[in-house]
Amino acid sequence: MANSIVVKKGLNIKIDGKAFENVSKVKPSSVFEVYPDVFHGVIPKMLVKGGESIQAGSPLFYNKNFEGMNFVSPVSGKVREVVRGERRKVMSIVIDADSEIDYLKFDVKNADKLDKDTIKNLLLQSGLWVYIKQRPYDVIADPMLSPKAVFISGFDSSPLAPDYEFVMKNQMKDFQAGINIISKLTSSKIHIGIPSEDSIFKGVSGVQTTVFKGPHPAGNVGVHINKIDPINKGETVWTINPQDVAIIGRFFEKGVVDLTKIIALTGPEVEKPHYFETVSGNNIADIVKGNLKNVSYPLRYISGNVLTGLKISEKGYLTPYASQVTVIDEGSQTHEMFGWAMPRLNKFSASNLFFTKLLPRKKFKWDARMLGGPRSIIMSGEWERVFPFDILPEQLIKTMMAGNIERMENLGAYEIAPEDFALCEFVDTSKLPLQDIVRKALDELRSEMI
Amino acid sequence: MNNFRKLVDKIKPNFLPGGKFEKLHSTFDAIETFLFVPNTTSKSGTHIHDAVDSKRTMIVVVIALIPALLFGMYNVGFQHYNAIGQPEIGFWSMFWYGFLAVLPIVIVSYVVGLSIEFAGGQIRKEEVQEGFLVTGMLIPLIVPVDTPLWMIAVATAFSVIFAKEVFGGTGMNIFNVALVARAFLFFAYPQSMSGDKVWIRTGETFGLGGGSVVDGFSGATPLGQVSTATTANVDVVNMFGEQYSLMDTIIGLMPGSIGETSIIAIGIGALILLITKVANWKVMLSVFAGGIFAGLIFNQFGPETASANLPWFMHITLGGFAFGAVFMATDPVTSSRTETGKWIYGFLIGVLAIVIRVLNPGYAEGMMLAILLMNIFAPLIDFYVVDANIKKRLKRVKVTTSERVNK
Repeated sequence: MANSIVVKKGLNIKIDGKAFENVSKVKPSSVFEVYPDVFHGVIPKMLVKGGESIQAGSPLFYNKNFEGMNFVSPVSGKVREVVRGERRKVMSIVIDADSEIDYLKFDVKNADKLDKDTIKNLLLQSGLWVYIKQRPYDVIADPMLSPKAVFISGFDSSPLAPDYEFVMKNQMKDFQAGINIISKLTSSKIHIGIPSEDSIFKGVSGVQTTVFKGPHPAGNVGVHINKIDPINKGETVWTINPQDVAIIGRFFEKGVVDLTKIIALTGPEVEKPHYFETVSGNNIADIVKGNLKNVSYPLRYISGNVLTGLKISEKGYLTPYASQVTVIDEGSQTHEMFGWAMPRLNKFSASNLFFTKLLPRKKFKWDARMLGGPRSIIMSGEWERVFPFDILPEQLIKTMMAGNIERMENLGAYEIAPEDFALCEFVDTSKLPLQDIVRKALDELRSEMI
Repeated sequence: MNNFRKLVDKIKPNFLPGGKFEKLHSTFDAIETFLFVPNTTSKSGTHIHDAVDSKRTMIVVVIALIPALLFGMYNVGFQHYNAIGQPEIGFWSMFWYGFLAVLPIVIVSYVVGLSIEFAGGQIRKEEVQEGFLVTGMLIPLIVPVDTPLWMIAVATAFSVIFAKEVFGGTGMNIFNVALVARAFLFFAYPQSMSGDKVWIRTGETFGLGGGSVVDGFSGATPLGQVSTATTANVDVVNMFGEQYSLMDTIIGLMPGSIGETSIIAIGIGALILLITKVANWKVMLSVFAGGIFAGLIFNQFGPETASANLPWFMHITLGGFAFGAVFMATDPVTSSRTETGKWIYGFLIGVLAIVIRVLNPGYAEGMMLAILLMNIFAPLIDFYVVDANIKKRLKRVKVTTSERVNK
């Protein structure tokens, strides 16, 4: 079996501000926040009220559709407030954090002798199950289903992404422990996609490694699934981020929910991009403090990368699935004159309508503008050039817009997640919100199936 | 620029909902986005975007059409002064005459089409779409120079309304809008669109170029001569009966629709479209492949008629074949949208265009009908390509389930 795959279609986007390889500690914020909305498709049922004292690992809420699936606090302290929006929807849980984290102890003695159900229950209880995601639908894995395979991407190819070879260097013991736990949860094969033969993941036992070469999205787990073991109707695949595997491993070694992760602080507006160690829910302001370029224009803070991340306010909080923070120029103050005619040498385009390709070393100015108005689908073949799946992207998107469930199934909706369409959305001349369209369609598909 | 921006910002509130000129919002928006790149930032999904947008894309197509337009202008003057026996008059005079003859057609096409587009945008409360920037340039290039301006106006209005706006605007249309305008003219006013009187302007234009045609003059296009020939072999000739060489047909100083005659000018446009990847190379290449294929077949096995015996390379260089292949067949909206489908779509256009030319004596030119016909069949081609993808996926399910059963 070939264990090296070359991804031909795709696009690497050059942005300044890749993280230097040094890890600093970030001062833990005095206030932490958890946004239930980040866990897509979960309806939160609160377990705590304002004023209650909690430990790190204490449940905050559980999933209304699956009792027992807990979502836990990353730190110890006191719940200050449960912020609710329209129709009493839980928007966020604000926690006044202790200066020293006090962990809730779980009974995980003899982890290697535990059986499948005990492990599953421990993961659900400790809130670590939510880090196991599934395809189809790109949601938290359904604990009742057993997957046909588990996929872990050992590298992130998105713009300014953290380098897992560096990030995982000191976490490989935990990672192996995590793999051992997951292989007890399911007898299916565990696949790890790696960037090269000398990857740090090569030494992991109990997994199948495959080298993926090529431009972004070569590191997207969806591409790995599509190339190695595509999902058919009725099948489920689990996907987990490497650092989350390490967190699961650590949990079964120490018996505490220690959500410490190494996160990359990146982006053109960061003075010294670097890695830092923190816990999800930390305040962005504390993370970037004193490390932003002194500029007069408004900035955009992203929990995640520039293609798939979540926009947060300057006082927002790090979301649990993110492994990077990106800061870019918001751009709303910029008015470019005659954009359709000017050369615009500082603008990047994957198309050949700019001189970008003739200036390979050029640095580009990035901001969050759409750079055009929304139109109907006009250009053809544009998405296909950056979409390395055996799926017809345009036809799938059109079916999703029309909401035709059966045709979505037939055209491969089970195999994809919104992030797989991020590059298509980036290059799109018509500026359509493709990730939104995919997300809504997957939700609709899911609600039809349950 | 800053002051100018301030001025725009100052008058902008009048056009926003609740403002004095709320009803003209789309118009204001079109002008504002023409002046400045919109500064709206992304609300969901990707935070950064490619600098490309539909304005720039359409402008590049217009630029690609400019060589054909300029050559067409010169050719109009060249044909005119040769017809009235003053071939020595000089390049600039010829160009100036052609310029004055063609410009009104361009203006009428743009004014009529853009007014409807602006109104359409206003009615739908959407941004004004840029598609007509290209259509408005294509229409003048595919009509004979002597087409009356009112006919251009009627045909443009008809095609923009009934071939585009009723379907929902740019991106939703089934037929190539410019070709619908051409077809409308062809079927509604055949006497102005065919024969041998309309291709060379012999009269004055704005008082320029007065004179009477020389003896023995004939204004028939090469393809017109071929289709009306009574012998099995015919040499295509110019207005004085001198034979055209292959090189003459490539340079394009001959009667025909304004922009279609010069392979060199069209070639420059094709190069621009292919380098910028605005046009799909698969469609373009396969149209030529289809035309050459059909031409060769007719040369070998065709009936003993002049058009079947016309050498295959002349089929490519004469008439609207090259222009259609480069600028009309490659319209992404009306062509096949799957990659495999594009090969089939293009090839069939090429074949059909030659088949119509050779087998239907009523039509000297087959490109227009071939493209319009394939516009209809493009969704069908896509249907089968998509169906193949679906079947492949369904087959995968069967394989995996049977594997499981075997285990």
